[in-house]
Amino acid sequence: MAHARLSLQQYLILAMVAICAPLGDSCLSRGMSHLPPISLAHPLTLIASVFTPWIAAGIALLIGFFACYLTALSWADLTYVLPTTAFGYVVIALLSHFWLHEYISPYRWAGILLITLGVGFVAHGPSLTEKPNESLPPQDAPAEPVVQMGDRP
Amino acid sequence: MLSLLPHAADLPPGIAPLAAAAMIATVSLTSTAGEVLTAAAMKSIGDLDEIRAHSGLKGAIRAVLTCPLFFAGVSFLALAFFALLFALNHLNLSLAAPASASLTLVTNAIAGKIFLKENVDRRRWAAAVLVCFGVYLLAH
Repeated sequence: MAHARLSLQQYLILAMVAICAPLGDSCLSRGMSHLPPISLAHPLTLIASVFTPWIAAGIALLIGFFACYLTALSWADLTYVLPTTAFGYVVIALLSHFWLHEYISPYRWAGILLITLGVGFVAHGPSLTEKPNESLPPQDAPAEPVVQMGDRP
Repeated sequence: MLSLLPHAADLPPGIAPLAAAAMIATVSLTSTAGEVLTAAAMKSIGDLDEIRAHSGLKGAIRAVLTCPLFFAGVSFLALAFFALLFALNHLNLSLAAPASASLTLVTNAIAGKIFLKENVDRRRWAAAVLVCFGVYLLAH
């Protein structure tokens, strides 16, 4: 059964979605930036890049993200789950500020505020669109025969 | 005038703004197609937590892997993945990742409403726009 309100376990799955995706993307970026430019004339070079360590680590993290993402999509709307993935950027920015003591510009603080507001908006709403035929009997196939005006005694 | 194309100053030498926009648009469109198809597949399969409770992890994996719609979605997501790798190889991360992520949020909200019949109310539109701007600001 689908739930409009999420359980703690479901929030944990969404947290995994938020954390694994940006970490995986960062690994991919680091791996790709260390490779020479790849042209469309040699597409096999792109496939070969998958087997380099940073790209492989990025793919492993993205597989974890994908498993959690699929699970989330099975009980929540796409437009509910997607803002969660963006919240990962906030997690990375806050970690880099408080853990690595990196400077965060006012623009970035504004970005963090906007993403947090956006995710908060969605999180306070229902997680799933209730389709009429999922919870109610179909409107166009009534259980009892329809009484027409002309049938009345 | 506000331009949808990236500024030449934000691009590595030799990359035209139109080429950069095409790379970002390709990532967003293939990603949106993949996510909508995957979401439709997962809705048709049902709650994975419940399937796992009844049939175990193997049952849940089997339910996913026997859904043709899922493979259509994964094919588009794979295309989006290689399009992102290609874009990252030519563009800066600070442009390619947030621009494609921001654009994908908006295109997914539109596609979710049209194809998945999701209730994208004012709350979700506001969230999509806020997150879209937020991701872009975070990268600058």
